[in-house]
Amino acid sequence: MRLTCDVVVVGAGAVGAACALYAARAGLDVCVVDRGQVAGGTTGAGEGNLLVSDKAPGPELELALLSAGLWAGLADELGPAVEYEPKGGLVVAKTPGELSALHGLAERQRAAGVAAVRVGPRELAELEPHLSPGLAGGVLHPQDAQVMPALAAAHVIRASGARLHTGSNVTGVLRGRSGAVRGVRTARGDIHAPAVVNAAGTWGGELAALAGTHLPVLPRRGFVLVTEPLPRMVRHKVYAADYVADVASDSAALRTSPVVEGTSAGPVLIGASRERIGFDRALSLPAVRALAAGAIGLFPFLEPVRALRTYAGFRPYLPDHLPAIGPDPRVPGLLHACGHEGAGIGLATGTGRLIAQALTGEATELDLGPFRPDRFGAPGTSPATRGGQTP
Amino acid sequence: MAERTRLAVVGAGPAGLAGALAAAARGVRVTLVDAAEQAGGQFFRRPAEAFAARRPPAPHPREHTWERLRDALDRYRAAGTVTHLTEHHVWCVERLPASRGFAVHALCGPAQEEGVTVRADAVLLATGGYERVLPFPGWTLPGVVTAGGAQAVLKGQLVLPGRTVVVAGTGPLLLPVAAGLAEAGARVAALVESAGPRALLRRAPALAGQPGKVAEGVHYAARLLRYGVRPLARHTVVEAHGADRLEAVTVAALDRGGRLAPGTARRVRCDALAVGHGLLPHTDLAETLGCALSGTDVRVDTEQRTDVPGVWAAGETTGVGGADLALAEGHIAGRSIAARLRGTAPDPRAWAVADRARTRLRAFAAALDAVYAPPSDWVDRMTDDTTVCRCEEVGAGRVREAVGALGAGDARSVKLLTRAGMGWCQGRMCGPAVAGLTGCPLTPGRRPFARPVPLGVLAGLPEPRPD
Repeated sequence: MRLTCDVVVVGAGAVGAACALYAARAGLDVCVVDRGQVAGGTTGAGEGNLLVSDKAPGPELELALLSAGLWAGLADELGPAVEYEPKGGLVVAKTPGELSALHGLAERQRAAGVAAVRVGPRELAELEPHLSPGLAGGVLHPQDAQVMPALAAAHVIRASGARLHTGSNVTGVLRGRSGAVRGVRTARGDIHAPAVVNAAGTWGGELAALAGTHLPVLPRRGFVLVTEPLPRMVRHKVYAADYVADVASDSAALRTSPVVEGTSAGPVLIGASRERIGFDRALSLPAVRALAAGAIGLFPFLEPVRALRTYAGFRPYLPDHLPAIGPDPRVPGLLHACGHEGAGIGLATGTGRLIAQALTGEATELDLGPFRPDRFGAPGTSPATRGGQTP
Repeated sequence: MAERTRLAVVGAGPAGLAGALAAAARGVRVTLVDAAEQAGGQFFRRPAEAFAARRPPAPHPREHTWERLRDALDRYRAAGTVTHLTEHHVWCVERLPASRGFAVHALCGPAQEEGVTVRADAVLLATGGYERVLPFPGWTLPGVVTAGGAQAVLKGQLVLPGRTVVVAGTGPLLLPVAAGLAEAGARVAALVESAGPRALLRRAPALAGQPGKVAEGVHYAARLLRYGVRPLARHTVVEAHGADRLEAVTVAALDRGGRLAPGTARRVRCDALAVGHGLLPHTDLAETLGCALSGTDVRVDTEQRTDVPGVWAAGETTGVGGADLALAEGHIAGRSIAARLRGTAPDPRAWAVADRARTRLRAFAAALDAVYAPPSDWVDRMTDDTTVCRCEEVGAGRVREAVGALGAGDARSVKLLTRAGMGWCQGRMCGPAVAGLTGCPLTPGRRPFARPVPLGVLAGLPEPRPD
């Protein structure tokens, strides 16, 4: 049988783009397929956060640090088109209690190689002149950055030179007699390759099922509010300390914590809500009400500012909040690169690098153990827990 | 929160008025929520009292219909059956959980900065339509206005867009706009219609079924002739010229295939261009409620019900067809709502007259739709530097690049990669152009906020509580 390419990446979001780029740079011939458009899924609904600040020491933080360095290099290479902004993150605490917890986290992050600077109330006002007065203090994370995620995905795919097939729904994963993958079947024909990368994000569980295996990716809905364009009023990515707890929570109910940032294009982006209610795109006014109230709480000037739009995205969520990265021992030739929850843009580059190393048989820069795709067992068995990590 | 009402009608144009009145006549308490200062919508738009006193406008061709609607509205308002909230801009209709009805969220106040919420058991969406804009080189010059915009300013404020006006584009609106401008004292230098007379003839049977509507067109054409204006069929405006503002347009003929006929271009001096390419339905509120659409129209059944229980729709939002169709649909919706709110099934025989009018007028609208078409090569005639999205200043070249080099394949991916459609108008204006350049059909964009909302209003939304 004639091969179409060396590897098929399913998913044209940020993670799929990065997998394609690093695989191509490792000398592989790559096809990217997506049933929708470039950045049509969660990538297009995200804010483009490249964060280290919201991660506790552990494998995700290591991946974030690897990714942050790679993003900075890519931004140099791709130029202003991807709107990379190393603006830094500022986490603020309302009460002394919150602040000491924040300082504790920062201490542990510093030990893991994160730059984290304590900021007193007065310096807060210097860093963010429009921030609400009366906050207890905060921590500045200079390594936090942002890209425009859809542009980043599109330009990374373009830079990879991979063949892009959008509007191509994958209807099956082709497998040989031994069970090893042989490519994918799409509505527009078969693509033959000895390796398939599942970068289907929130829909990664469906692709795993097509390959005859199991990956419990679930959608965790989030809304973003986008304001009218403004002159630069918010300089960093600013968020409240309770965001970190929300990210790590397992609750299915609506949780919101304010995350506010300006963009180079002018609008202020406001997040972040989390709820597990399936793929329901319907507007939730309770969610946007909480987002608006939280944002005004941090930045009172926002009260008369108009929200032009809001949209929902679905974070690909795995039960232990860690992505699935690497070869699936149950299906030879299948690799997973999905389940990054709300951190997929930030973790995309490191994920792509690790996948490329796995594809070429090189030693991976990070231990893939914590990201093993088979760590959840078969459906129906009890879900794995967070392996001793503290959220 | 305002008092709970039985029926909230969004929009006080022909469809909303007819629906509100038909429901009120059957004992339903109605709250009519509308963005304008006065009822009537775009079709029955009239100058504010202060303007009218100074310079009375020419009588509306449907003066009698308007008087009947206005008198009935006044009567029901006086009786307390209908509450008319003017200058209320609805930004979202929310379906409350556990069948607790709907919350209609609006903005009011001089700067639309204040939030108001109306609770209702049923909703009639009569949100009308907006103009389809197809960009061409020079269309962003000051002096270029939409045909409907020119009409609205003339009707509402008795102001002309210029002294020498070219009216161009396609559709049945161009004739009354040109006639209105000429009668108000403008010199109409040209009336340029891209549809050809042959297309009209091909649809003759459907049009002949509406002698009244055809006569209306003939009537406007005759009025224009009195001012020496002869419509130029199968012509188009290729480009608008001017340094700081409009000074002239280039007009050219189209061949049978709807493409530019070489060697026919000529310049026409003017200081205003009123350009229109028909209307598109306003469907934002319906989409956010989860109502099914069919193409760009809200889908309704024979009672004008959407597929969301408790939500009806009438008028242009269910398919552009003009004021008479809107009146018929609104009337049917109002009667259906009155019956359904009582828990009974309505008897369609009660609205047989309106039903027949609806059938006839929908056929007429479909025939017009087939006749009035923009030039077939309008997409190719946008140069790379022709602005497509005015809010975000995105040119056609950038859209082409996103489609060609970056792999965008629909309006959403073009928006993400170029920002076209991300600004104040949320893609209402650039939608048709982006769809044309992307080579995909125009699909309604998801706009949960039908208009920009202050964050303070969002933060102050009432907490839903059980009642």
